Amino acid sequence: MILSPEEWGVVRLSLLVGGTAMLVTLPLAFALAWALARGRFPGRVLLDGVVHLPLVVPPVVTGWVLLLAFGPDGPIGHWLEAWFGVSVLFRWTGAAIASAVMALPLVVRAIRLSIEAVDPRLEQAARTLGAGRGRVFATITLPLCAPGILAGLVLGFARSIGEFGATITFVSNVPGETATLPLAIYSALQRPGGEDMVWRLAAVSVVLSLIALVASEWLARRMGRGLHVL
Amino acid sequence: MSFDVDLAVRRGDVAIAARFATGPGATVLFGPSGVGKTSILQMVAGLLRPDAGHVRVGGEMLFDDRAGIDLKPESRRIGYVFQEPRLFPHMRVAANLRYGRPRGGGDWDGVIAMLGIGHLLDRWPRSLSGGEARRVAIGRALLSNPRVLLLDEPLSSLDRPRRGEILDALVAVRDRTGVPILMVTHDPDEAERIATDIVRL
Repeated sequence: MILSPEEWGVVRLSLLVGGTAMLVTLPLAFALAWALARGRFPGRVLLDGVVHLPLVVPPVVTGWVLLLAFGPDGPIGHWLEAWFGVSVLFRWTGAAIASAVMALPLVVRAIRLSIEAVDPRLEQAARTLGAGRGRVFATITLPLCAPGILAGLVLGFARSIGEFGATITFVSNVPGETATLPLAIYSALQRPGGEDMVWRLAAVSVVLSLIALVASEWLARRMGRGLHVL
Repeated sequence: MSFDVDLAVRRGDVAIAARFATGPGATVLFGPSGVGKTSILQMVAGLLRPDAGHVRVGGEMLFDDRAGIDLKPESRRIGYVFQEPRLFPHMRVAANLRYGRPRGGGDWDGVIAMLGIGHLLDRWPRSLSGGEARRVAIGRALLSNPRVLLLDEPLSSLDRPRRGEILDALVAVRDRTGVPILMVTHDPDEAERIATDIVRL
């Protein structure tokens, strides 16, 4: 497919935003998934609810909350400005944050399922063979849930690439900076003579999403067979 | 003294208690299902915390509630063959057998020959038959250089020829390795074949 340099820029930006979003999400999502799967503490149900909020709250509300938090007067925005002299508003980093928050529930869910699928009896067996908690985690738990973690990240990546509402509310629609695929398609739709660009970018979106979904499904199946992926 | 065990634990409505002291060879914990035989093995291995009592194995105190001793499972050097083989599904047979090796020792060639599992080393656990998986699980426990071996119904869910095969392997383990065995069963014939000592529950 022939894309113009401008359209390639949109695709590159989307991949950058989605990839960064998943890198940011991974440690947080794993910690949350572990706490929800294995933790026994008061407020676990509440935490589960909060993690799932971005899935059901209108994305524009999520974007607005991010704007409050990361704006110049917001707690995080003020801190970033004071210590590092940076702001994520109108920047691709802000778009990545919005994508990460919106994808978080999906990623946590997938990782949590994969942790819950690890048979604790195998971990017990490993301990009787002399492995401490750290070695059990590194050699039994993590390898067994790795395909599920990857499947979750790929799914989250696809979700990131499709993110619209929270992103446009939080960091606006700046060409070359925050205008990822859905935002660029939206702009092209508003522009007379933009139909060809809409067709091409829409096709790219569908292909990318399809690849991600198939890859995610394939990884999840592999996990069912208990095979090494890494 | 191989095992010196005096334990009590309450699990839900069931109170489980056992006291026995045994010499070398194979001791069989014999009794009907549901009296807590598996719980006793789990307490010896450190996978279940007793409410009171002590566990001394091969002269070393592993658990004593009054002295505040409670060694972690990985520090007890106890080979545990569970009722299901519990082989690690993402590792080939050889890697499963090697898993406990960092603890040192164990006669690799001898154990593999004794159990007849040399031809299985490159296989994945899911491709093994029930009897093969059982023998690999026994080998994995033996190769972790254990002080003693715990066996939980090692012949359950096997057909008759496989049972004979595993029983022969266990007798060989008892006679050739000198590792004391504590085995749980509800089958009198099994108990008869392997036991040098029987504890009835």
